[in-house]
Amino acid sequence: MLPTDEPYIHARGLTKRFGGFTAVDGIDFDVARGEAFGFLGPNGAGKSSTMRMIGCVSPSSGGTLRVLGMDPVTDGPRIRARLGVVPQEDSLDLELTVAENLYIYGRYFGLHRGLIRERAAELLEFVQLAERAEDKVEPLSGGMKRRLTIARSLINEPDVLLLDEPTTGLDPQARHALWDRLFRLKQQGVTLVLTTHYMDEAEQLCDRLVVMDRGAIVAEGSPRQLIERFATREVLELRFGVDDHEHMAGKVESLADRVEVLPDRLLLYTDHGDDALAGVHARGLAPASALVRRATLEDVFLRLTGRTLVD
Amino acid sequence: MAATTATVRRARRAPPAVLRSFAYWLYQYKRTWRGSVVSTLLNPLIFLTAMGLGLGTLVNSSAGGQRLGVGYLAFIAPGVLAATAMQTAAGEATYPVMASIKWVRTYHAMLATPLGVRDVLVGHLAWMTTRVAMGSVAFFLGMALFGTLQSGWAILALPAAILTGVAFVTPIAAFAAAQESESHYASLFRFGIMPMFLFSGVFFPLAQVPGLLRPLAYVTPLWHGVDLCRGLTLGVGLTPAGAALHVGYLALWAAVGFWVATVTFRGRLVR
Repeated sequence: MLPTDEPYIHARGLTKRFGGFTAVDGIDFDVARGEAFGFLGPNGAGKSSTMRMIGCVSPSSGGTLRVLGMDPVTDGPRIRARLGVVPQEDSLDLELTVAENLYIYGRYFGLHRGLIRERAAELLEFVQLAERAEDKVEPLSGGMKRRLTIARSLINEPDVLLLDEPTTGLDPQARHALWDRLFRLKQQGVTLVLTTHYMDEAEQLCDRLVVMDRGAIVAEGSPRQLIERFATREVLELRFGVDDHEHMAGKVESLADRVEVLPDRLLLYTDHGDDALAGVHARGLAPASALVRRATLEDVFLRLTGRTLVD
Repeated sequence: MAATTATVRRARRAPPAVLRSFAYWLYQYKRTWRGSVVSTLLNPLIFLTAMGLGLGTLVNSSAGGQRLGVGYLAFIAPGVLAATAMQTAAGEATYPVMASIKWVRTYHAMLATPLGVRDVLVGHLAWMTTRVAMGSVAFFLGMALFGTLQSGWAILALPAAILTGVAFVTPIAAFAAAQESESHYASLFRFGIMPMFLFSGVFFPLAQVPGLLRPLAYVTPLWHGVDLCRGLTLGVGLTPAGAALHVGYLALWAAVGFWVATVTFRGRLVR
């Protein structure tokens, strides 16, 4: 067993190269027991490569990685026996039933038939698929398949659950249903490690996260800390005519701490959005639309990388 | 302190990793086994009927038929036994491999668990071999029914056919995993499997093939499988040394194929 203070996952200078391309460029992070830890970043940031290294299915090209106190190079099978993996792409057997998918996956872990049956019943209850147990997987909705994948990943009662883009491609309702289940797991003390390019997902689920861009970690902290450090309390969004944004930015600059120019709008970073909006009107400017909102991780990412998360 | 039977059972050692991946293939077969078993049993009967009563009658009454020295059906049946093993191998070692890599992602599901690449590979190869064996047994039973087993050694044609299948299973699986997509599989069937089926002595003695092309047939594993099976079921034309050579050559293809497959599977699945 691990000493209680040793991190479940420990990485220093972790690197992954594919030929001449560096997907993960010497990153450092630790994940503590019971924590919900996130990798936030756009597609191609190196999140999935990092997850695959943690999952012991992809060897690192450099640096140190310890998972559950063991070395993925020599202890891969022993580590994987204690991980739960929800991959980005489903790997369910569509022609088997829901229950059969859990059964066969449990067998990969060498679990006994009766034990799998016991856990499968509980897990299907947990992911709200109990009444579909004897149905084939094929006709299930995308959200149901994801929930089944989560149930499957829990069949070995893992110490750490790895989720790679768990809600990508799901409709909003299915995403919320999934978040609710993950939140319950988190409350039960399961260590969660997830990647996402949705800032609302990161905000809802992660105790702590790192922002990744082009293979590197550019910031680390809790969602709240990151927003406090890299954004203001509020943001005023202004939309003008399509070609006016650059020009208008100069006129409103003094009303905010910082102004970001996006192709379709201006973002004014300020602690007092309504005051700034009043200032805009006082200057005789008439934006097509104006919105005051709280700053989010999206703003943090924009600040750190100069780009938006989802393009 | 008495442990309950349940905990005793749970403490029982898990089956070896290779068996756990093999178990998946066995398990998924149950959804198609009825149709599969029927066609596996019917195909040999249809084939042997057509060849024996149809083509065989015609050939036996011709001058060429006299030259064979045995009935045409008895001549080709062991050849088709070996060729069927090859075709089953080719079917099982191509598209199901790509499906497990890309479409269903079965291999990736397995690799997220304690199973390793070697377990995944060996489990699937064992299943492909099982399918070859099922087809071979069915065809062999058909041969017995049609009276084409004419030697005391005939029973050994069954393991010989399975060995022929394995000599194709491992190199074809190695090839299948090395491909980025399934687009070249059709070429394998068109330029590999089909010509071998026609020109490796299944339907006519190799003596009928122009001398220059004959060495090509000798290189194919199929000819070795055909000659071995035929010698065993007819009881003529096979020396112990010849048999040993055939077995050795087929085993060599199987072994080299396995070694290459470990490389291509690793290259494809561990990135």
